[in-house]
Amino acid sequence: MTNETAVVKKKKNKSHIQRRLIPSYIFLIFWSFISVFPFYWMISAATNKSLDVAQGKLIIGTYLAQNMKALLAAQPLARAMGNSFLYSTVQTLLCLFVCSLAGFGFEIYHDKGKDILFSILLLAMMIPGVATMIPLFKMASKFHMLNTVWGFILPSISTPFMIMMFRQNSRNFPRDILEAARLDGLNEFQIFYRMYIPCMKATYAAAAVITFMNAWNAYLWPKVVMTDNRAETMPMLIANLGGGYTVDYGMLMLGVLFCSVPTMIIFFVLQRQFAEGITGAVK
Amino acid sequence: MSHTSHPKSSRLVRKQNAAGWGFLMPATILIFIMSFYPMVQAFIMSLKTGSSANMKWAQPVLFNYMRMMKDKLFIRSVGNTFLYLIIQVPIMLVLAILLAQILNNRNLKLKGFFRTCVFLPCATSLVSYALIFKSLFATQGLINSVLMKLHIISSNINWLGQTGTARFVLIIALIWRWTGYNMVFYLAGLQNIDYSVYEAAQIDGASPWKTFWHITVPLLRPVIVMTFVMSINGTLQLFDESVNLTKGGPANTTITMSHYIYNNSFGQGTANFGYASAMSFVVFIMVAILAAINMKVGDTRD
Repeated sequence: MTNETAVVKKKKNKSHIQRRLIPSYIFLIFWSFISVFPFYWMISAATNKSLDVAQGKLIIGTYLAQNMKALLAAQPLARAMGNSFLYSTVQTLLCLFVCSLAGFGFEIYHDKGKDILFSILLLAMMIPGVATMIPLFKMASKFHMLNTVWGFILPSISTPFMIMMFRQNSRNFPRDILEAARLDGLNEFQIFYRMYIPCMKATYAAAAVITFMNAWNAYLWPKVVMTDNRAETMPMLIANLGGGYTVDYGMLMLGVLFCSVPTMIIFFVLQRQFAEGITGAVK
Repeated sequence: MSHTSHPKSSRLVRKQNAAGWGFLMPATILIFIMSFYPMVQAFIMSLKTGSSANMKWAQPVLFNYMRMMKDKLFIRSVGNTFLYLIIQVPIMLVLAILLAQILNNRNLKLKGFFRTCVFLPCATSLVSYALIFKSLFATQGLINSVLMKLHIISSNINWLGQTGTARFVLIIALIWRWTGYNMVFYLAGLQNIDYSVYEAAQIDGASPWKTFWHITVPLLRPVIVMTFVMSINGTLQLFDESVNLTKGGPANTTITMSHYIYNNSFGQGTANFGYASAMSFVVFIMVAILAAINMKVGDTRD
């Protein structure tokens, strides 16, 4: 009796760690399936006939070319992709420049006045998008910025979140090299340009990923400021596709796939930076 | 502080200080013009009525706010938003924290793979996943055909055509999209906790459940508070999903506040900027109260 239990115990000790984790594995597999399945379904639907999709066909089909043809005939796909790329890229570049410059200024040259200003700027975090959208729309139309890159990006170039992220991460910037650089005759902007930017590459990468994704996925503000179809973005295009009374699922999911491909590539290639970008300022 | 202690020239210090202000000016000016000024404008507009071209002061001044109190659709949109908030946010955060706890276990195999899977929904835009869920839950959609094949239902359910099921689908979709997102915060928070605490608990024979409640939750409290506030803030501004998944329907019974405000300003029908601004100002007040509560809770966290 005692011998038997001893043997069992030994066996248990060997595998008991993994065995204790069985419920964890089951839960993880379940949740991973839930998370991944809609993506798989999107891809399979994009390659099948709408009717087959509706009837529950799940394997990858051969109807991709026809769906593509239908999509190109129904919507100006290339134009919307181009617009989205243009707006997102310009917004990312400007946002990174303006916010990192501010984060640099707030942290490296900090004094009481700047700290107060910073906490005032943080208040902008609680201003909801729907509240500013009407006045911003009026401003954009007054300055002839409707349907332009500027109309799209100006409200989101400077965000408290990004400034905070750069400010927090600037704490890691070695201050000793500031004095050394000044002795070498570099002016303050040259320090930013030649020393700060190369030194903060990781922060820039995380900030770029998150800004690009936000810009690419933006929906409410583009819907307001882009009144002309020629200026529409990818999320607007697929929303139009899905908004009709009869929906061609194959075509719709192909459109959704196009809208998701850039962000999914970023996700898979730069996942670590993406995670850092999300949690960015709160470390 | 290091640079201000430089001995010789105060002129140099002043120059550096000026440079500092110069660096933060573009961002500051943009935030003032693009956030604070429009917020003030929105408040002024909320006291006016009329079409966007010629707005006049409302009679009485608080007319738009009084109208809101009697607007059944606005009250319903507030109710809907809070319903989503009360049901979805707690479920999502508990799931997220559980997943983070599981993924933080050192003995877990395929950790990176699972983490990527759980995180994956964040790679879609809000419009994209709303459309995917709309298609999955269509009357002639996959969910119905699977349930039919399993003989769970005998005829197709019109998921998005009935108020109750439409709200259900919206909540399911929100949980799907945001659980992994919040998990990332918890995982980052857990990585700051010394792992030996867990090993000690294990040696002491504490059950996983006990470890979770007595170690993880208290240590993660600041992160939990933050994700809670972020989630509530996001839910109060819910728009993309309401527009693209349910269109606010059936008959506006699933509409959110932001969606209703949009319909009143840029949607079909007449643009009523005054009234829409008044409603948006109420959303702002809600978010501000929330932020104030957060600061209070955050302050006492030590």
